[in-house]
Amino acid sequence: MKFDTPAGANPIDKMTVIGRPTDRIDGPAKVTGTAPYAYERHDVAPNQAYGFVVGAGVARGTIRSIDLADAEAAPGVIAIVTAENAGRLGKGRMNTAKLIAGPDVQHYHQAVALVVAETFEQARAAANLVRVDYQRVPGRFDLDAELERAPLVGGDSNEGSAAPPVDEVGDFEGAFAAADVTLDERYTTPDQSHAMMEPHASIAAWDGDQLTLWTSNQMINWGVGDVARTLQIPKDKVRLISPFIGGGFGGKLFVRADAVLAALGAKAAGRPVKVALTRPMMANNTTHRPATVQRIRLGAGRDGRLTAIGHESGSGDLEGGQPETAVAQTKLLYAGANRLTSMRLAVLDLPEGNAMRAPGEAPGLMALEMAMDEMAERLEMDPVEFRVINDTQVDPEKPERPFSQRNLIGCLRTGAERFGWDRRNAKPAQVRDGDWLVGMGVASAFRNNMTMTSGARVTLEPGGRVIVETDMTDIGTGSYTIIGQTAAEMMGVPLEQVEVRLGDSSFPVSAGSGGQWGANSSTAGVYAACVKLREAVAQRLGFNSTDDLDFTGGQVSAGGRSGQLTDAARDGAITVEDKIEFGDLGEKAQQSTFGAHFVEAAVHRMTGEIRIRRMLAVCAAGRILNPKSARSQVIGAMTMGAGAALMEELAVDKRFGFFVNHDLATYEVPVHADIPHQEVIFLDEADPQSSPMKAKGVGELGICGIGAAVANAVYNATGTRVRDYPVTLDKYLERLPAVA
Amino acid sequence: MRPFTYERATSPEAAAAAAGRTQGAKFIAGGTNLLDLMKLEIETPTHLIDIRPLGLDKIEDTDEGGLRIGAFVTNTDLAADRRVRRDYAVLSRAIMAGASGQLRNKATTAGNLLQRTRCPYFYDTNQACNKRKPGSGCAAIGGYSRQLGVIGVSDACIATYPGDMAIAMRVLDATVETVKADGEARAIPIADFHRLPGDAPHIDNVLEPGELITAVTLPRPLGGKHFYHKVRDRRSYAYALVSIAAVVQRDGSGRVGVGGVAHKPWRVEAAEAALPEGAAAVAPQIMAGARPTEDNRFKVPLVERTLAAVLAEARS
Repeated sequence: MKFDTPAGANPIDKMTVIGRPTDRIDGPAKVTGTAPYAYERHDVAPNQAYGFVVGAGVARGTIRSIDLADAEAAPGVIAIVTAENAGRLGKGRMNTAKLIAGPDVQHYHQAVALVVAETFEQARAAANLVRVDYQRVPGRFDLDAELERAPLVGGDSNEGSAAPPVDEVGDFEGAFAAADVTLDERYTTPDQSHAMMEPHASIAAWDGDQLTLWTSNQMINWGVGDVARTLQIPKDKVRLISPFIGGGFGGKLFVRADAVLAALGAKAAGRPVKVALTRPMMANNTTHRPATVQRIRLGAGRDGRLTAIGHESGSGDLEGGQPETAVAQTKLLYAGANRLTSMRLAVLDLPEGNAMRAPGEAPGLMALEMAMDEMAERLEMDPVEFRVINDTQVDPEKPERPFSQRNLIGCLRTGAERFGWDRRNAKPAQVRDGDWLVGMGVASAFRNNMTMTSGARVTLEPGGRVIVETDMTDIGTGSYTIIGQTAAEMMGVPLEQVEVRLGDSSFPVSAGSGGQWGANSSTAGVYAACVKLREAVAQRLGFNSTDDLDFTGGQVSAGGRSGQLTDAARDGAITVEDKIEFGDLGEKAQQSTFGAHFVEAAVHRMTGEIRIRRMLAVCAAGRILNPKSARSQVIGAMTMGAGAALMEELAVDKRFGFFVNHDLATYEVPVHADIPHQEVIFLDEADPQSSPMKAKGVGELGICGIGAAVANAVYNATGTRVRDYPVTLDKYLERLPAVA
Repeated sequence: MRPFTYERATSPEAAAAAAGRTQGAKFIAGGTNLLDLMKLEIETPTHLIDIRPLGLDKIEDTDEGGLRIGAFVTNTDLAADRRVRRDYAVLSRAIMAGASGQLRNKATTAGNLLQRTRCPYFYDTNQACNKRKPGSGCAAIGGYSRQLGVIGVSDACIATYPGDMAIAMRVLDATVETVKADGEARAIPIADFHRLPGDAPHIDNVLEPGELITAVTLPRPLGGKHFYHKVRDRRSYAYALVSIAAVVQRDGSGRVGVGGVAHKPWRVEAAEAALPEGAAAVAPQIMAGARPTEDNRFKVPLVERTLAAVLAEARS
């Protein structure tokens, strides 16, 4: 199905299943421990051996030699894979660095070897006996220093919004110089780790030249391609199975060392091999969200209207890598005639930077929305009003191009009212509650809506059961449920009558999970397949036209006559397949999602400890397919953003070139005690330009802007501004009131 | 993890004797720290002596009016004990500020005293660390040191003792009871138990080879108000940036221990006389001679500010 004109009325509009808060259909399997995650697939292949990864002990250099003698002689060892004995390997299209080091080491903890043994403990013990002799060479580890000579580079992150090296509209410098009120500040965000619960894990088994990988991967089709490319085998010889994923956040968009090494280990061992990355390896072996250094310049008239918006961002990555597109939202979020955005990319020899939940917008808005808060104060305007008057209903760089839908103002106004924003004291450091300084902060949320081709196969079985098969993944987001809801709505059956099968490369290729495109795109693909199934059913039941068909309660009716859905499959199951393909609607009108975050925070006047007290997000993001799982996505993203605001930072050792705090004891993410009551409001929307589902994404919208809202609340509480994330007490302690 | 042999202890004396004569032997109790370190091969014992069969899990009243806490009493049981909550609340609060419920259920009194530093360079076996591998150097000095020590540090090591329980025990003047490999019992004041790193940071405390902790005793209750204020970036399940254990009397006198700043629970008794005058009179004495890094310089004022917060609460 080609989607190139806005959706009209369609069966989804009935919203008898879609749009209802629905428990996730995979919930019982998860809470009873029966949902099979990759590393636990003991059942799928007999005689599995265990692989343990040896990570490079230096950041940059050459492997002079590897002494495997002791490891090979260790109890239980079956095989050891290194670059030297792995055969010719390619590199995945989505990988910047090779997944196996040798002879060059490109980053710390890059995999140097895989030790395969009878038990996990034997593999781990033997891995510690692998002795690698490195020729260490100096590396580039200091972002600030490297940015001084970094070129301008455009980017289109793997799941993010694109931005060219430089984009100028009007006369930014002139307008900025002439503006009544200006701001010119530097903001920094640190490297961050996805820190998902389930580590990267794979089981590999070969049947002749046919490889099956049970793995944990967000993008099955990308994964098949990159496994094939890396192992230099045909794509049709690779099958990926990934039905359950314990979190990804972009860290599992790509094939990583666990999958490739499991495949190589299984080949070397002549039997299935399972590999999981250990927690201490994840920060440096896999990808991370790159640190940014951002300069924002804003110019406005006394009336508060922005006349000049400048956002320049610098980030780093390995040679051949991508910039963090932290300026992307600035191109679209606020009106203003004169605009400048640019990105610089430094070469760093730190581990590979790549997509993490809302790449670009997440760190970009941490800076921009703090700058907007500062600018509102300079203008002596309320920060909500300042955003409202700078709203735009068209792409500010191309005013002839409207937004498909845009209700940022509604989000801000609704949020302000619900949160009690009028109780905020505009003057910072005025509100006390005992020893706590209390403040409120606001920020806009913005994330582009991307659409991706997505296919599905649907089957109506005798008896009326509907089976949906697609290689779409559920990374904890609720894909199973919304896909089931879509098929139930389309076929007029209860949700319980639908079985959803996901995450298998033998199923039709889907959009996958990334860039918050998954929900809308994958359900639209299921919609397309169901339209075909409805036609096939109608034909079997002898309907002449498919125009006014209604599928409700197991009945099919049109033109005054009706039939039983089950009758259509009485003589055999009906299986059809289709995909949704998106035309140029996304170019004609800008599709984005909007929100507003409101936060109340308290800061201890003596110790500087921060407590978030309340959080509210209001979202305008098209039709909400399942308000329950959508809410879970938004509160999860708000939690992640609170972590980004207050504690998360991969600490760089600039001498040795690695992230030092590479475990969950030292890379802190929020715990329950850090997160107060969270409220989410979805404005009632349906965007006919996004897809037949009229939905958009919310999985990343929730992390966009929240970091700034927290930081702005801290500022409002204390009157001290910290522009260097995370906002930790060491950065403002001495600016707090003196203690007696 | 390296292969090891294992035995279940039959008596404290026998356990100590066995540990004393077996090269590479270690005791295991809750295992919450030791097993993690063994998996990373930071600890590589060749023989484990399991002290669980010894009992040692009672909290008893002493003739002196204090408490004797068996080495194997879990953190959870100790923090929940009615007498501890009533008479030694600083200890209960310190324990509850540490780790997680699951870990506190496993972690023991003796084991908690012996937990090793959380310096990230100690945890990464690719990095130089004098504590892990004597003589290899200290990668933390000049590296990422935000969490690390500011006082009592040496040129060989800036690691901190990471625990909370012992900070409260230091304020309470607890005594560590042990039995040595030769069967002799001794009582070590908590003040003398943990060492400063000096030029031998691989030695965390004064226990001799084979010496087994059997109990920790607390003297008579101090009365007063008890506080444990632990400051950290994350509200729970994080090591202290700085923590203050304090017992403050009605007249403003009292005792103060500081966690998160040194290789041992930090307490300067001589400074405590100035407590009635407030934090500004006390903290500079407690932290005199501090040698912070650029990363952790904030800990010095944070000690004073946290103490001020505690004293303000004591007055309220």
